[in-house]
Amino acid sequence: MEIPYTSKARPDTGLINAKLGIWLFLASEVMLFGALFSSYILLRVGAVEWPHHVLDVPLATVNTAVLITSSITMVMSWASLMMKEFKKYKIYMGATILLGFVFLTIKYFEYSHHFAIGEIPSKSTFFAIYFTMTGLHMLHVIGGMIVNSYFWGPGSKMWKTEPERFTNRIEVAGLYWHFVDLVWIFLFPVLYLL
Amino acid sequence: MEGNHSHGHELGFWRKYVFSQDHKVIGIQYGFTSLLFLLFGFTLMMIMRWQLAYPGQPIPIIGSWLGEDRAPQGIMLPEFYNQLGAMHGTIMVFLGIVPLAVGAFGNYVMPLQIGAPDMAFPKLNMMSYWVYFMGGVTMLTSFVMPGGAANSGWTSYPPLSDIATIGQTVWLIGMVFLITSSLLGSVNFIVTIIQLRAKGLTFMRLPFFVWAQFVTSFLLLLAFPPLEAAGVLQLMDRLAGTSFFLPSGLVVTGQPLNVSGGGSPLLWQHLFWFLAHPEVYVLILPAMGIVAEVIANNTRKPLWGYKSMVYAAIFLGFMSFIVWAHHMFMTGMGTIISTFFQTTTMIISIPSIIILTALFISLWGGSIRFTTPMLFALAFLPMFGIGGLTGLPLGLSATDIPLHDTYYVIGHFHYVVAPGTIFALFAGIYYWFPKLTGRKMNETLGRIHFFGSFVCMNAIFMPMFIVGLAGVSRRLWDGGAQYAHAQPVLHWNEFMSHGAWALGVFQIFFIVNLFWSIRKGKKVEENYWHATTLEWATPTPPPHGNFITPPEVFRPPYEYSVPGAKKDYTPQNQPMEA
Amino acid sequence: MELTHPEDIKKHVKVYITVFVSLLALTVITVTISYFNLSVVPAIVAALIIASIKGSLVASYFMHLISEKKMIYAALGLTVVFFLVLIFIPLLAMSDRIH
Repeated sequence: MEIPYTSKARPDTGLINAKLGIWLFLASEVMLFGALFSSYILLRVGAVEWPHHVLDVPLATVNTAVLITSSITMVMSWASLMMKEFKKYKIYMGATILLGFVFLTIKYFEYSHHFAIGEIPSKSTFFAIYFTMTGLHMLHVIGGMIVNSYFWGPGSKMWKTEPERFTNRIEVAGLYWHFVDLVWIFLFPVLYLL
Repeated sequence: MEGNHSHGHELGFWRKYVFSQDHKVIGIQYGFTSLLFLLFGFTLMMIMRWQLAYPGQPIPIIGSWLGEDRAPQGIMLPEFYNQLGAMHGTIMVFLGIVPLAVGAFGNYVMPLQIGAPDMAFPKLNMMSYWVYFMGGVTMLTSFVMPGGAANSGWTSYPPLSDIATIGQTVWLIGMVFLITSSLLGSVNFIVTIIQLRAKGLTFMRLPFFVWAQFVTSFLLLLAFPPLEAAGVLQLMDRLAGTSFFLPSGLVVTGQPLNVSGGGSPLLWQHLFWFLAHPEVYVLILPAMGIVAEVIANNTRKPLWGYKSMVYAAIFLGFMSFIVWAHHMFMTGMGTIISTFFQTTTMIISIPSIIILTALFISLWGGSIRFTTPMLFALAFLPMFGIGGLTGLPLGLSATDIPLHDTYYVIGHFHYVVAPGTIFALFAGIYYWFPKLTGRKMNETLGRIHFFGSFVCMNAIFMPMFIVGLAGVSRRLWDGGAQYAHAQPVLHWNEFMSHGAWALGVFQIFFIVNLFWSIRKGKKVEENYWHATTLEWATPTPPPHGNFITPPEVFRPPYEYSVPGAKKDYTPQNQPMEA
Repeated sequence: MELTHPEDIKKHVKVYITVFVSLLALTVITVTISYFNLSVVPAIVAALIIASIKGSLVASYFMHLISEKKMIYAALGLTVVFFLVLIFIPLLAMSDRIH
């Protein structure tokens, strides 16, 4: 017996296994980042003073735009496969990965600047939570980029043999990538603007 | 077509037995690994119980093996006692019970009971096991670190855990592995149960065991991540010098700590207990699932109140997320928040009572077969009852004041987990052994194992209520010997220790029985117990892919003694008569 | 995943582009508002409302949540409840203290 519903949806749930699986995983990620947001709130409420204007808002705004753009290139890469345009898929997916690199580069400059002037995690609970939350988010960006690179490169061979299954995989990878964007959409105002 | 279903060509030894993607092999891997960890965790306690019975006396035989930094001249140091305590709890809960109840039983039995060929994600399943294994090895490694293993309790409260020895860092890394393994597993279980049920197997026709695993998986999925976050924060405190959990003004051995301060020890407690409370329902739900299967089968009757049990399990799962701070009544919470948690805690006792009552009533009018699994399942009922009832005073803030962090608490939770869950797990092993091997375990050895364990469990844990009510705190290296209020109850320590060592002796009967029966147990027919659920409809042992043709389900799960039927059991996949 | 017609996808692409532009605009708005130096509560409310709108757009359209199946909504609904518990209850516990 083969494992069913890997490509065809199960009639009563309307889902393929991987789609349900990734949403459940994302649910657990909501709880992970939720715990960090909760920690942020408790630490800030309990703090005597909380720093303002110590983070680079313009740079982070650019990074926000970078991630938003990578989100649309990601969904367009899936849409291209749905329209059977593999070359466009490669372009959009490539753009998504590149934008990921841009995000990481900007973060590298941000972090280096802070470290250079002694603003390290142990300096205050503000910097502790700032580095931990953006650091964990960054690890998730890197993870997503590794997966996307695999699907851009060696993994894309599956388009020739099982196009529908490959398209589903890109949709699932896209859901993860959009989630990473979604976390940043909340991280950015909370850490940088408030 | 999923990768591992390589029909028509044989897998090599490594792919078949070590890096298998077959849920049955993975279930057995989880089973043996977790049983070894249970034995190891129990051994740690048997060593601790020497120190509690005879404080300051050299430990016989093994005292000299422990080394000068743990037990100089064979006498246990308090520091080592603390390591044993923290690791006993950690190993039993995270490396023993949950991997056995969920990883072993869940993996092996659940796909069979729903008529599936395997789990939804076989590769993920394999990874879950090996990440668990790595977490276990990491935890064991902590014992040889300078300063020894983690020693701040299984609860790892800061500030102590923040400044504890290196073993605590290793504990945190081990927990990250274990939590990851758990998350991968829970996604797999939920998707499998929703998506891979056989035709005709609606949710309300699922065996209660599957419902229990389903709810458990949601608890693991949504409650573990906050502990993962907390673990990361504690690692940051220990390795990057942050002060997530360190308040300002901390002084350690006369020196002010050189940290930024501004952190909150209570933040750790909230994040920890957010997981650790649902965790106790992770410990009990699969056990209830096993007991339900064994009782239905050995009373030759359907379960009484199946629907109530299912709704109770779902409600229990939901409520488990909003009771956690009943572990924190002594942290200075105000009346509003304290009332909230007391109320939710009282409410959560209701679904447990519903499930226990339904299982009791299921016995009424039954044609009871006192097989070894049934003995363990029957004993589970009053033992879990005692565990649950003794929890009530702990759940009310006022009565918790004299009981918090005393031996009363240890007695309470051990009754639920030890003669509770562990008995249910034994029931499951004796019950499903014929499914895995085509043989049965020896009944005589099983009865000795049961009666001996039952008496010893009560001998160990019942006195703890007495000792706790006298006010003796937990985690005391000398069992309270230095305290005036402990003097009248100190004699119980020796009694409990003898109970623990006797319990160890009775487990030998189980270990011998298990290994002997695998090779030499009496061979038995297919579906030896005459059960109705789908796992008994496969060949023995089930082949790769489980079912030759996809099964179809026509009936509820416990069609025993149906009036007019030829046999006293009607399998779920037997078609209705035209 | 049922393969829809290229024409349907083209309609979706129009939606994606609209969402993209909205997200950029909302980003500009939220940064601008932060320069107004509002007091704590209005600042938090404004930032969170805008972030929620942005998040909803990403979830509903990029992640196709607006046309997803009941099972997914159920799992996510449960998650949202527990997420809110995790955010608000510890805060309540820290505020409602014995003094």
